[in-house]
Amino acid sequence: MAQVTLNKVRKVYPNGAEALEPSTFTIPDGELCVLVGPSGCGKSTMLRMVAGLEDVTEGEISIGDRVVNDIDPADRNIAMVFQNYALYPHMTVARNMGYGLKNRGMDKGQIAEKVREAAQMLNLTEFLDRKPSQLSGGQRQRVAMGRAIVREPDLFLFDEPLSNLDAKLRNQMRIEIRALQRRLGTTAMYVTHDQVEAMTMADRIIVLSNGHIEQIGTPAEIYSNPASTFVAAFMGAPPMNLLNAEAGQGRVTLPGGEIVPQAGVNGHAGAVTVGIRPEDVMPSPQGDLTFNVDIIEELGAQRLLHGQMAGQAFSVAVPKDQEAATGEMRLALKPGAVHLFDADEGRRLG
Amino acid sequence: MKRAAFGHIGFPILLLLPQLAIIAIFFYWPAAYAVESSFYLQDPFGFGETFVGFDNYTRLTNSTNYINALNFTVVFTLLVTFFSLGIALLLAVKADKVIRGAKTYRTLLMWVYAIAPPVAGLIGVMLFDQSRGTITQVLASFGYDFRLGVNYWDTAAAMITVSVWKQIPVNFIFFLSGLQAIPRSVREAAMIDNRSGTSRFWDITFPLLAPTGFFLLIINITYSLFDTFGIVDTIVKGEPGNNPLTLVYRVYVDGFRGGDLGGSSAQSVVLMILVLILTIVQFRFLERRIHYT
Repeated sequence: MAQVTLNKVRKVYPNGAEALEPSTFTIPDGELCVLVGPSGCGKSTMLRMVAGLEDVTEGEISIGDRVVNDIDPADRNIAMVFQNYALYPHMTVARNMGYGLKNRGMDKGQIAEKVREAAQMLNLTEFLDRKPSQLSGGQRQRVAMGRAIVREPDLFLFDEPLSNLDAKLRNQMRIEIRALQRRLGTTAMYVTHDQVEAMTMADRIIVLSNGHIEQIGTPAEIYSNPASTFVAAFMGAPPMNLLNAEAGQGRVTLPGGEIVPQAGVNGHAGAVTVGIRPEDVMPSPQGDLTFNVDIIEELGAQRLLHGQMAGQAFSVAVPKDQEAATGEMRLALKPGAVHLFDADEGRRLG
Repeated sequence: MKRAAFGHIGFPILLLLPQLAIIAIFFYWPAAYAVESSFYLQDPFGFGETFVGFDNYTRLTNSTNYINALNFTVVFTLLVTFFSLGIALLLAVKADKVIRGAKTYRTLLMWVYAIAPPVAGLIGVMLFDQSRGTITQVLASFGYDFRLGVNYWDTAAAMITVSVWKQIPVNFIFFLSGLQAIPRSVREAAMIDNRSGTSRFWDITFPLLAPTGFFLLIINITYSLFDTFGIVDTIVKGEPGNNPLTLVYRVYVDGFRGGDLGGSSAQSVVLMILVLILTIVQFRFLERRIHYT
């Protein structure tokens, strides 16, 4: 059990590319922290530095109260689960899981005991004598989990562990991993590019973009108070609508003259970006905003209406029992629906 | 998948014909001819032949020269295979870790591959030359008098060294590509599981290289048995004397120098049978223990 602290950690590759700007944060003991962002944002680099598979250019990484910058990966007392499972293809499931313990000099009986326990926890008992090639994707992922668990590490590191699984299995494994991490109470860092995984699994989310941290917060904080247009657009599905608008004289006006209700401008004047989540608006004849529906997407539980507002792309989510038709309609906003961002840098205003 | 179908059996045979013709003309026909002539005693000047049954074979078992060549070939093959595989593996593992200038470094290591065996033999002769050879001079400075072509063991050592040197690049290329085929994440997982690089190599890398190694083992044994002909020939300069000879070279010396075509054919047949047995043994016993991903 341990907390993880990064203190001004920076990564620059030999070719001069800065993969990660100096980043500082702490993951409290026992939390599952998800690093999320598009590919190339530096999230995997960050994870690999914590694992010791990548050198740290500047700054300090601590696991527990030990600075681990110069400690060998095998001595950091961590366990990592890789995207492609990274099982040893020539070893049986049991030997795969026990390999790390064997190298720590644990005796055979004890290893067998621990492997059996972990296998039971993961429903792998009947597969212990099989080779990885004889297992399905989900089973392999479980073996990789088992290999991590038997080590009883201070920290779990997950590098996009579910990306190679099909959608249904992914949902199931997501819940399993979450439940297992809760039960063991082990601190975990989890890298993914899938915002649904981030929202559903995390105690805390770190959103990264282009090598810098955009926002750190709980899933609810990130969803309801995105710190930038990047976070607003990246987190949540369907993504938040972002509209170009003008602030001035105490109100926000869309191109074409419609005034966005609820928008306090805090003395800001000039170009702004207005963010409205598709689920925060509802059709209403008395609504303040005009919306032109082009396409209706049926999702079962809800319908997505895609179209134009003030000449810009806009989407609305309505419950399944609400009638919808293409053409012009009026929209009203739910309370707290409007997010306001700086038009140039995308930072949140107020 | 859609199965391709030919309207007539003649067409596929026509397509296969060039390949079949090559195999028949250059492999089956000479092999059959060797088997046939191994039962005859040929007149060295081409004036007829006499059927002698298994005489040529029994003669082999009584020939000290032949038994010596057989023994030397076994030792030669084992040493050349072992050292060329071992050194190539070591170089490949080290080259795999090089990050800066990796391409140049690898190209330099592969260069020797482009040298033809007789040229390699010739370079070997120059290096080991009695009066001017660099290696001879180095050994002389340690007080060792190296006598290529005169001392049996010295000649053997030179043959083995040159043969190993010539074969290392091929093995190196295969081992290197084998190493690079091992997923990076598997190695990284091992780094987290095991502190010691050496034990990681034997536990993870080596077993995963086994298919490459097995393939190379067969290639190298075949190389040592047959393809070293050019090297042996340049080093002994066609003057066998009491120099060490491999079986293949013995076939050439007895057949074309000694004019004993029947005996030479019998030797070839023995060689064919040996290779056949070797290949079967390798596939039956070794391959089973190897994991193919």
